[in-house]
Amino acid sequence: MNPVNYLYLAALLFTIGASGVLIRRNAIVVFMCVELMLNACNLTLVAFSRMHGNLDGQIIAFFTMVVAAAEVVIGLAIIVSLFRSRHSASVDDASLMKL
Amino acid sequence: MTAALAAAATTTSTGEAVQFWILGTVAVVGALSTVLMKKAVHSALSLAGTMIVLAVFYLANGAYFLGIVQVVVYTGAIMMLFLFVVMLVGVTAADSLKETLKGQRWLAAACGLGFGILLIAGIGQASLQSFNGLGAANAQHGGNVEGLANLIFTKYVFAFEITGALLITATVGAMLLTHRERTERAKTQRELSQERVRSSHLPPLPAPGVYARHNAVDIAGLLPDGTPSELTVMRTLRQRGQIRDVSGDSLAELKALEQRSGERLGRDRGPARDHAEEEEEVAK
Amino acid sequence: MENLIALLVAAPLLGAAVLLCGGRRLDRAGHWIGTVLAAASFVVGAVLFTDMLGKGAEDRTLRQHLYSWIPVEGFQADVAFQLDQLSMTFVLLITGVGTLIHIYSIGYMEHDERRRRFFGYLNLFLAAMLILVIADNYLLLYVGWEGVGLASYLLIGFWQHKPSAATAAKKAFLVNRVGDIGLSIAIMLMFTTFGTFAFGPVFEATGDTSEGKLTAIGLMLLLAACGKSAQVPLQSWLGDAMEGPTPVSALIHAATMVTAGVYLIVRSGAVFNGAPDAQLVVVVVGAVTLLFGAIVGCAKDDIKKALAGSTMSQIGYMILAAGLGPIGYVFAIMHLVTHGFFKAGLFLGAGSVMHGMNDEVDMRRYGGLRKFMPVTFVTFGLGYLAIIGFPGLSGFFSKDMIIEAAFAKGGTEGWILGSVTLLGAAITAFYMTRVMLMTFFGEKRWQPDAEGHEPHPHESPKSMTIPMIVLAFGSVFAGGFFSLGDRFLHWLEPVTGHDHGHAPVSAATVTAATMVVLVIGVAIAWAMYGRRPVPAVAPRGSLLTRAARRDLLQDDFNHVVLVRGGEHLTRSLVYVDHTLVDGVVNGTAASMGGLSGRLRKLQNGYARSYAVSMFGGAAVLIAATLLMRAV
Repeated sequence: MNPVNYLYLAALLFTIGASGVLIRRNAIVVFMCVELMLNACNLTLVAFSRMHGNLDGQIIAFFTMVVAAAEVVIGLAIIVSLFRSRHSASVDDASLMKL
Repeated sequence: MTAALAAAATTTSTGEAVQFWILGTVAVVGALSTVLMKKAVHSALSLAGTMIVLAVFYLANGAYFLGIVQVVVYTGAIMMLFLFVVMLVGVTAADSLKETLKGQRWLAAACGLGFGILLIAGIGQASLQSFNGLGAANAQHGGNVEGLANLIFTKYVFAFEITGALLITATVGAMLLTHRERTERAKTQRELSQERVRSSHLPPLPAPGVYARHNAVDIAGLLPDGTPSELTVMRTLRQRGQIRDVSGDSLAELKALEQRSGERLGRDRGPARDHAEEEEEVAK
Repeated sequence: MENLIALLVAAPLLGAAVLLCGGRRLDRAGHWIGTVLAAASFVVGAVLFTDMLGKGAEDRTLRQHLYSWIPVEGFQADVAFQLDQLSMTFVLLITGVGTLIHIYSIGYMEHDERRRRFFGYLNLFLAAMLILVIADNYLLLYVGWEGVGLASYLLIGFWQHKPSAATAAKKAFLVNRVGDIGLSIAIMLMFTTFGTFAFGPVFEATGDTSEGKLTAIGLMLLLAACGKSAQVPLQSWLGDAMEGPTPVSALIHAATMVTAGVYLIVRSGAVFNGAPDAQLVVVVVGAVTLLFGAIVGCAKDDIKKALAGSTMSQIGYMILAAGLGPIGYVFAIMHLVTHGFFKAGLFLGAGSVMHGMNDEVDMRRYGGLRKFMPVTFVTFGLGYLAIIGFPGLSGFFSKDMIIEAAFAKGGTEGWILGSVTLLGAAITAFYMTRVMLMTFFGEKRWQPDAEGHEPHPHESPKSMTIPMIVLAFGSVFAGGFFSLGDRFLHWLEPVTGHDHGHAPVSAATVTAATMVVLVIGVAIAWAMYGRRPVPAVAPRGSLLTRAARRDLLQDDFNHVVLVRGGEHLTRSLVYVDHTLVDGVVNGTAASMGGLSGRLRKLQNGYARSYAVSMFGGAAVLIAATLLMRAV
């Protein structure tokens, strides 16, 4: 087997995550799908790191994790406060971005 | 894992291949169930599974540090944070997967398919036949962790510092977002009591589960005529829609009671048999 | 000496500024300030003239460079003056006649409470007219050209409370605009052709320029001249311009401003010499106007309008002469100067008559005035004799020269032009005799004015009669003074050049023919207006008479062709605008509105819809990247 397969897997996971973002309405699940996409990217970075034989890819993946952690904290805080004010976690309920 | 040590190889070990195909399948299934599960808890658990599989893949690719961090930070901390919020928002509330936006599902499917096919076609086009492996890179500073540390604290030190700042900002931001400032003066005890006397409920609100089969907090108490009263359930659960309606149960029980007493008093069997059938249905 | 040139303009300009900005406190002294400054300008002109006479013919041209007006690379416009013999002639005529008319106006406008303003406008006119004739480039000439147009507009509409005066002023202004466009286009053409518009370089460069370009410039200059000098087809404003005070008619619309077109053509002689086609058009315009004005003059009962027709006709003579080229330039200017004297005198006489007759202008209500206004009668009579060309008086010499020059053009053209000028001379004799007879001879036909005041004709005050006497002297002697020994010819020749042409008949024959037609014209007029009484109400008259009373249908022509045509054009343009242009614009707007209405639905506020767009966009980006790599 060639490590390229990891890339195929990552592409598959990324696409599944993206489709989830588009399909699901529960903000928390949407958020999880975003995390899935980030993880797919991390897998790509790690696989490339191995292919090219240097550690920079892993460093980027590491930073991705850190930023994802910050993002999750903020995102979940937004979801909680949104739920508190609207009593719903559906992304479709917050449809104020229109005329 | 050991195969990674070989430089400029074109294929990995059979063991890794086997591991990839098995765990890769698990990862895809986990991802799909993340998307497709009705309940957010199930989605979160599926995602956690996928992430653990990914951690294994990281290890397999020679990223030992990242593999451990993936387990500890992602699966351990972030996913647990997700679960915590899911609990806070309502663990039993199931999403309906019925689409409300017209054409959204078809568009999403088309975009997803197109995107995936294009991405995979792109990877297929790239000439990635041989790979170097991380053996040399990891060995240079005495190991993967040392190697990463060397990069983080030299080449990427500014990015590292900035992520530190980002984390602190995120912490403060989360506090700001969830902290609610009191916008009005707190009511005094006297005011509360006066308000209560003026309201229609002078005595304390009825407790949940009165006359019901359970006295769990999510079960509405029954009024004398057998209809449930929502007043008895706490407001948070009401808003989540997490009230278990047991009025049907008690009515059925009442009917069963009547039937048993009727049998005992020697009444007609015809209606009694009907009652029995009803009871069976209710039991189902 | 050169530095005095600016003083010529500065004096009246100062007067205009002081009088127009000074306000009511200058009301009592305003007319004196205006007159003194006009006279000062004349004195400066006279000093310069004396100085010029003392020099040789070749170095008589003075130049003064005041400042660079628009100093741009490749576009040099200077405020610079050039005073040569041609300009000098005009300066003396303008300031001389101008000063006399200032003096006359003191008496004429005595009872007008806006007299100070009137003198301010007159000074403004003098300044602008002087700029026009002493400018050393076309751009500065244009400034003066517009300035006299402005002054003319202000003075025609001076009695703006009369709707007819306000309309006449507007009409003059608008018709002059048409001519001004010609001048501005001519200047632009000069700039693109020669790269400059200073007189010297332009005239030097005409030799190497194609005839087509010179013809275009010449025709545009002719258009300008037609507007300012009331030549066919832009003649319609001059008759109405008589709504202004009579001194204005004398100064601006008889003696000076209307001759600016002649000045322009003579000054641009180098251009016209290189463009025979343009010259031919000039001659035709002159000949047509000559007859046109004369015929109109025959039918008018309004004394000022009859004189206006005469002015038009006499300027037609000048334009015709100017169109003859070097044969006629000198005579055009000579006739211009003598005409300035006798026509100003005639207008002042007409003003004097009106002054004594309660501002009545209808000659059918005059009659027998010679006993009541002896000075006016004599000066007007001398002017009359001068204009019809009575032997020995100014008009005799100058008009005779033009008739001779017309014959000297040679060939069929010469014969036709000669005959036209002779015919014009006959008609001139007719209508001027008619004016004379109806005004000063015959029985009294006076009638009370609208308010019932019986007219009490009386001689005008000295301030009015003295200028008339001075002008009468000019009318009598100027022609003879200029012609004897060819003084005027030698004076102007260095500037305009001269050519004797090929006269098919001798000068004596021409003079004899002129005398014959003169006698015929006077005799017919005597037969019609002298021998039998003049009816107080105009008879219906022949078709030609009625047409001439309506200015040979000039206004009807303009109305039908220009106004109606313009209305139809604008209506069709409005229709096109409404249907086509607005249709396209509104259609675009409507389709945009409809499209955005549809597009707006894409923005439904659902974050997931937006996410689909982003995802689709990412897919397209990847596709594009792959495509680029494949290519």
